[in-house]
Amino acid sequence: MSKGTNYIIGVFDDEDVLMDAVGTLRSSGVKIQEAYTPFPVHGLDDALGYKPSNLPIAAFLFGLTGTICALLLTIGTMGFDWPMDIGGKPFIPLPHFIPVTFELTILLASLGMVATFLIISNLKPWGYEPFMFDGRSTDDKFLLVVDLDKNKLDKDALTNLFKQTGASEVNSKIVENH
Amino acid sequence: MQVTSPVRPPLVTGGKTVSDVTQDISRHVENKPTKLWILAFTLSLITLGYGSYCLWMTWWDGIGMWGLNKTIGWAWDITNFVWWVGIGHAGTLISAILLLFRQKWRTSINRAAEAMTIFAVICAASFIIAHMGRPWLAYWALPLPNAFGSLWVNFNSPLVWDVFAISTYFTVSLVFWYIGLVPDFATIRERATGIRRVVYGALSLGWDGSAKSWQRYEAVSLVLAGCSTPLVLSVHTIVSMDFATSVIPGWHATIFPPYFVAGAIFSGFAMVLTLMLITRVVFKLEDYITVEHMESMNKIIVLTGSIVGIAYLSEFFIAWYSDVPYESYTFINRAFGDDYWWAYWSMMTCNVISPQLFWFRTVRRSIAWTFLLSIVVNIGMWFERFVIIATSLSRDFLPSSWAYFSPTLYDIGDYLFTFGLFFTLFLLFAKFFPVVNMAEVKSIIKSSSAKKDTK
Repeated sequence: MSKGTNYIIGVFDDEDVLMDAVGTLRSSGVKIQEAYTPFPVHGLDDALGYKPSNLPIAAFLFGLTGTICALLLTIGTMGFDWPMDIGGKPFIPLPHFIPVTFELTILLASLGMVATFLIISNLKPWGYEPFMFDGRSTDDKFLLVVDLDKNKLDKDALTNLFKQTGASEVNSKIVENH
Repeated sequence: MQVTSPVRPPLVTGGKTVSDVTQDISRHVENKPTKLWILAFTLSLITLGYGSYCLWMTWWDGIGMWGLNKTIGWAWDITNFVWWVGIGHAGTLISAILLLFRQKWRTSINRAAEAMTIFAVICAASFIIAHMGRPWLAYWALPLPNAFGSLWVNFNSPLVWDVFAISTYFTVSLVFWYIGLVPDFATIRERATGIRRVVYGALSLGWDGSAKSWQRYEAVSLVLAGCSTPLVLSVHTIVSMDFATSVIPGWHATIFPPYFVAGAIFSGFAMVLTLMLITRVVFKLEDYITVEHMESMNKIIVLTGSIVGIAYLSEFFIAWYSDVPYESYTFINRAFGDDYWWAYWSMMTCNVISPQLFWFRTVRRSIAWTFLLSIVVNIGMWFERFVIIATSLSRDFLPSSWAYFSPTLYDIGDYLFTFGLFFTLFLLFAKFFPVVNMAEVKSIIKSSSAKKDTK
């Protein structure tokens, strides 16, 4: 028993009760390990004290890379590598390069951001099945998970606190350390 | 705890709880396919089989198998391509633009509409590849260095822009769709055992639904929607430039980009309605895809249909007002010439007159009328592209070159190929993937569900 980490899991039936519980628990000084929900609950990340995601910045940087690559490609090929005289028109007609530049900007921004998302969230199709505290959290239950060792309150006090905030069940789980 | 808005009708009827959503949607993935599904799938496969034979013959013997002649070098191939790409506009529009506008009714239909988009773009791409005549050289359209013995591609050409636009659109739509599927695959994984658990586990990418993951997921969805919104508008703009940047009377028009985009949304929404009205009955999803959804979409159809109608009239007016004899002749010939008047008036009837019926609330809310009109609209939109492409080409500058286009069996067979492909893919999707975005519908259950008596 001492090998694993002790977790207390509060199971909630309703997202508004969950939001209130997060507020109550955090103001009582409880450190919440993580919340698990079946759908994105608006404002939960703020309530848990998470910083806003930096993914949009990543998307911007990838998009900028796309813009630069597209301009290098179009200007480089049409203007320098093999300039073609088409009815005396300019070799580098920038307005004509807008569509390709735009598309490559979008393409790289989207793919780059999604790849970053998958990597930082450790989402991949092979190798493992994720550890689920309670499989019902992908159906209709909302979980609040508290690491017992990282909190001053003991198990009974936490269980009571969870019950007071409206949890329908309070479970404990010991997870072996990896 | 469920709250019903006094102003807005509920988006999900039948007093569904969050758990009901999981049950109702996952059931179709988990149960054995119904007889109706097997029948439809068989028919699709037969169509696909016959179409594949025709497409193979087109590839083997060349595009001389089509009814093209020296004057009319683009006909059904490009008509079908533009038609499918247009249909492929609704999915991303629904999931991206309606997400930015916070239109919650999109949640029940966005998944299927996006799937439809992806399959429609695949169908469109098959005509792009086929019309090249030598499909094994399709990679020549990519900007590869001239070690292949050719120059670089010409970045001044709208046809090259098209390669970038369509492939970007396909890729971004696919990624957007898949990211949305991940949490739902996790829901199915948690309900499954054995081999299904392994397969859906892999598909779910190990999603655990933690608040941190959801926060990132929402950030990704928002930025993808922001990227997709201009993208979806750019794609049909660029498709229209394939025509508009040429000097063919009837094609050379600055009105084309907005007119094509409106037409694309128009036909895409019609196709979504056709499919959703069938899907909701076959999969018993009447509580999720309601008459309210249908009415909202019909409103968009009447809006875009009217934009298309105004574009037709403006084109005609400008053809006269420009005082260019070739332009005027092309338009008079389209509408009143001996050859193609029937195509022109089919287009006008189906696209301009018929959607005006949606001004009536009873028509908008009638499933039978909507289903009928949704098909009529897509027939009309096919004729629109045919009218633009074939009639403009058929009267060349030299009367000795004037020609008429008659499709061969291979024109028809290649068109059937895309129908077979589209419905095969859609039926596979409907059987093995959750057809409604469960996570998103769950998020609106509380605010937009019909009140349950017991609570």
